[in-house]
Amino acid sequence: MTLKTTPLNAAHRAMGAKMVDFGGWDMPVNYGSQIDEHHQVRNDSGMFDVCHMRVVDAKGEGVRAFLRYLLANNADKITLPGKALYSAMLRPNGGVIDDLIIYFMTEQWFRIVVNAGTADKDIAWMKEQAAVHAPGLTITSRDDLAMVAVQGPNACAKVWEVLPQTKAATESLVNFQAADCGEYFIARTGYTGEDGFEVMLPKEGVEAFWYALNKVGVKPIGLGARDTLRLEAGMNLYGQDMDESVGPLESGLAWTVDLKSERDFIGKAALLANPPSKKLVGLVLLDRGVLRGHQKVVSAQGDGEITSGTFSPTLEKSIALARVPNGVQIGDTVQVEIRDKLLNAKVVKYPFARNGKAVVSL
Amino acid sequence: MSIPADLKYTASHEWVKTEADGTITIGITQHAQELLGDMVFVETPSVGRKLKAKEECAVVESVKAAADVYAPVSGEVTAVNGDLDSSPENINSDPYGAWMFKMKPDSAADVAALLDAAAYQAVVDSEAH
Repeated sequence: MTLKTTPLNAAHRAMGAKMVDFGGWDMPVNYGSQIDEHHQVRNDSGMFDVCHMRVVDAKGEGVRAFLRYLLANNADKITLPGKALYSAMLRPNGGVIDDLIIYFMTEQWFRIVVNAGTADKDIAWMKEQAAVHAPGLTITSRDDLAMVAVQGPNACAKVWEVLPQTKAATESLVNFQAADCGEYFIARTGYTGEDGFEVMLPKEGVEAFWYALNKVGVKPIGLGARDTLRLEAGMNLYGQDMDESVGPLESGLAWTVDLKSERDFIGKAALLANPPSKKLVGLVLLDRGVLRGHQKVVSAQGDGEITSGTFSPTLEKSIALARVPNGVQIGDTVQVEIRDKLLNAKVVKYPFARNGKAVVSL
Repeated sequence: MSIPADLKYTASHEWVKTEADGTITIGITQHAQELLGDMVFVETPSVGRKLKAKEECAVVESVKAAADVYAPVSGEVTAVNGDLDSSPENINSDPYGAWMFKMKPDSAADVAALLDAAAYQAVVDSEAH
């Protein structure tokens, strides 16, 4: 099978990336040391090729009402132009189709960013639902756009150095807000727990933008560090921490599911009918070793499973997200089966790290 | 790709050095550490453990993945490198210096029959497609 490539493929190779097959995409896993790349983002600035993710525009009258019904989070929460909202999109049975970000631009235009691996099924589902509930809407996959995430305490300043013309429109952006700057759509969002921007721009211009950022000191960061950064920040990864076989309430996403308002949405009835018996918690390994996905968690309240695990460069300990029985409490010590041993891990409230620092207490 | 000519190798990416007293020292190759990336945890076998050739006996874990290390030949573990507990990254910076464990092999002929540098190079080449 031929791997799909982003417009930055040649740039990655020129910068010494080790490339891997990531869900059918030929992507950089690191450009040397993934731990160095991790610290680079926590302490300075780094850039990520996220061109494989898909930008979707939903346009037309009634787009807000449609999203209010389509998504588990409530589109009515975003009224400030450019404001973004993180949401799960559910099947009627409550299973998670994908997690995504929507940006409110106008009452006729919401922009949606979805995961790479799920983009085709997401768009098919959106169109299927729109055909029934909002036939006047257009759902357009923006295959003409590329996306680069620039993250870290110095990220915004570096973007302004490269794109000074966008500074006025973007310096007042709050977290989770975007500005449409013509050629550039700039959002103060990310997947690292650091300040920074996600920049969408025409594909033709992305390689020049990438090299221009590098020239002002922004280092390229591979998927390896992207995973440790997002896990430290306590952000779910679709396909690992949740998928269509589990609901958002047992995936740590209760905060994104609006069950209080009168609003109906796809999956709501199933969520109300099936209260979850498990929940997602953070783990920090107390013994020596490394937590990994699918390892068994043993607790007095029953067994659970690690959904994502890694070594945290910021904590210098192994951390994980795990789905465990509801009775397991923060502060408990549980055991994790690693190879033939049971190792001790402490249950913690995540995130583990934000804005350059460890935030978990042991 | 660094593959020292004075060492023996396995197809599972261990290097083996024969010492003057006939014991062997084992580590993982430059190629193996490069595939795994930043090393964060090493588990070595206990001294005195009797191993069979190709038996899983140690583990190296990078940020990215865990990998088993296999006994290159049958024999008994005589020493382990405790420095790797606190500095697993030594395997990245100096793969042929950061040995993992030593063994007294049951048979010197088994050691002699391991891959030489050219044969190991061929294994590495066959993995790159």
